[in-house]
Amino acid sequence: MRKTPLPTALPAANRLAWLVLCLGLLSVLTLLSLTLGAKSISLAIVADSLFGPGQHPDAIIITEGRLPRTLLGLLAGAALGLSGAIIQALTRNPLADPGILGVNAGASFAVVLGAGVFGITSAAGYLAFAFVGALATTLLVYLVGAYGTARLEPMRFVLAGVAISAVMMGFASSITLLNPWAFDRVRFWSAGSLDVRDLDLVLQVAPALLLGIVIALLLARPLNVLGMGEDLAVSLGSRPRLIHATAVLAITLLCGASTAIAGPIGFVGLMIPHIARWMVGTDQRWIMACTLLLAPVLLLASDIIGRLLVPGELRVSIVTAFVGAPVLIWLARRAQLSGSRT
Amino acid sequence: MTPARLSLAQPVPDEATPYHTEPATVRLRGQHLRLGYGDRVICPQLDVRIPDGSFTVIVGPNGCGKSTLLRSLCRLITPQAGQVYLDGKQIRDYPARTVAQQLGLLPQSATAPDGISVLDLVSRGRYPHQSLLRQWSPQDEIAVQTAMQATGVADLAGRAVDELSGGQRQRVWVAMALAQETPLLLLDEPTTYLDIAHQIELLELFRHLNRHNGRTLIAVLHDLNHACRYATHLIAMREGRIVAEGAPGKVVTADMVQQVFGLPCLVMADPVSHTPMVIPRGKVHMA
Ligand SMILES: Nc1ncnc2c1ncn2[C@@H]1O[C@H](COP(=O)(O)OP(=O)(O)OP(=O)(O)O)[C@@H](O)[C@H]1O
Ligand SMILES: [Mg+2]
Repeated sequence: MRKTPLPTALPAANRLAWLVLCLGLLSVLTLLSLTLGAKSISLAIVADSLFGPGQHPDAIIITEGRLPRTLLGLLAGAALGLSGAIIQALTRNPLADPGILGVNAGASFAVVLGAGVFGITSAAGYLAFAFVGALATTLLVYLVGAYGTARLEPMRFVLAGVAISAVMMGFASSITLLNPWAFDRVRFWSAGSLDVRDLDLVLQVAPALLLGIVIALLLARPLNVLGMGEDLAVSLGSRPRLIHATAVLAITLLCGASTAIAGPIGFVGLMIPHIARWMVGTDQRWIMACTLLLAPVLLLASDIIGRLLVPGELRVSIVTAFVGAPVLIWLARRAQLSGSRT
Repeated sequence: MTPARLSLAQPVPDEATPYHTEPATVRLRGQHLRLGYGDRVICPQLDVRIPDGSFTVIVGPNGCGKSTLLRSLCRLITPQAGQVYLDGKQIRDYPARTVAQQLGLLPQSATAPDGISVLDLVSRGRYPHQSLLRQWSPQDEIAVQTAMQATGVADLAGRAVDELSGGQRQRVWVAMALAQETPLLLLDEPTTYLDIAHQIELLELFRHLNRHNGRTLIAVLHDLNHACRYATHLIAMREGRIVAEGAPGKVVTADMVQQVFGLPCLVMADPVSHTPMVIPRGKVHMA
């Protein structure tokens, strides 16, 4: 048959350039996150308090405040971004958000339950409740969504997630209405912030987040094949049910842990994988790598903006929403222009 | 209605089929299959044997269960009764990847991920040959390039699949299935959307793969003349049953076509290939 020379694959170089750019941005923002704030601290003092004797009076701001905050920004950012990449690949819907599995609702409900019914007051206590709540809810959504079908249909998960979230939110509101003190605690938690002021809390969720990140990265190749549709996925030797279950596990770990410690933070999981796809194309391995670097950039940047914008600090979830909403509108318009294949 | 089988004979050897000089072995077969969806039974009782090294073509009217049969042979649907065997062992007892290295599928309709390039899509056919530790090898590269050259899509490598014409896209999917390099390959209507020249080109390619690379091909085709010309083994289905099977020269008769498709026709020898040629008698032209 016809013999034609293959065009040399250009995109690989482009992809790499994007990754390098993202890595550069991430490094810059990590440094900025450590230095900027209500009080700007020079890099020399930052380095001294992290790696040196830390004699400077500002050292405590770094070690107690900005280090946990930055670390959490990196971990939670990666977690939210990757879980978004997974859910978008799984549902083949570029506008899917990891929240559709009910993680936020489950975590909120559990925190309300902990504060209102069990009288929990410690941050570690909320953490545990929120994580278990997220885990249990996602499991419930998965079981309801997967129950009784030979084929797994993402739409069923979405519906199950929406329904169960609504019920959980209803319960949570009733408890907070009856118990104003719980309402106060939960309002604080549910605002979404990186300002944890406790390195130990971050270290408590780190294992779950790191495990989730590793699973997410291992899922990249199987998700690539699942993207060809279930029939081809099977005939190419992958096992869709196993991939689905693993993906849900990864999302639960990632979203559950980050929501437990930082509260619900929207838009990162929706937006970053989308931008990553625009940069590096359709290969999940590249999307995941790009998301891993870019999502913390957004979260750290939003956090820094929040610190600098108003004296009392704007919470990061609010800033991501401000940044995210215009981008979302832009994405929606772009989807329409390209014939709206969603 | 239980139509009698017209022939159960092995394909007769002729100069076109060097692989069938002795009774063919069977790697893939279905035994006492009952296939359906939920309560709906499509094939109540089916036994099928795919002669090894054959180019088996399945023909039959729309909705008679051809795709259903193919899907059961590559474990996309679980038979309600009966079993599918690969090399004498139940196919569902193999690890998924092992089967995928032996048995490939081109589905009747497939959707490419948004914005994927031709090269990336064809490369995904190599999935069963890769692992976490063995990501991309020179063999993968050769397989992908060979498949793209063979199907004439090499010059489309960098294009987005969703921007191709229907026929170009179909050839990309065929390239993807070929890149999987399985000894057994199931093709559900591989020639749809293709112009006549590309249809013949593709069928010639399949024949080449069958004869010279020893691949066993199982294809659903709608064009009876193509089926007669290229098949070494023909399976005619109607309403979920196999009505006739064997070498096209033996089983394709006017009666058989009438029985399977309800279409009055004339069967003559194809002047080029000397295989049966089916000429429908339209009402208007009937004497
Ligand atoms: N997923 C499904 N659920 C329920 N019924 C189905 C499903 N897929 C196919 N069928 C039914 O099974 C019957 C056989 O379908 P099948 O796809 O096997 O036909 P076919 O011989 O391949 O037809 P065609 O030539 O049109 O491709 C049809 O009546 C069809 O409506
Ligand atoms: Mg069909």
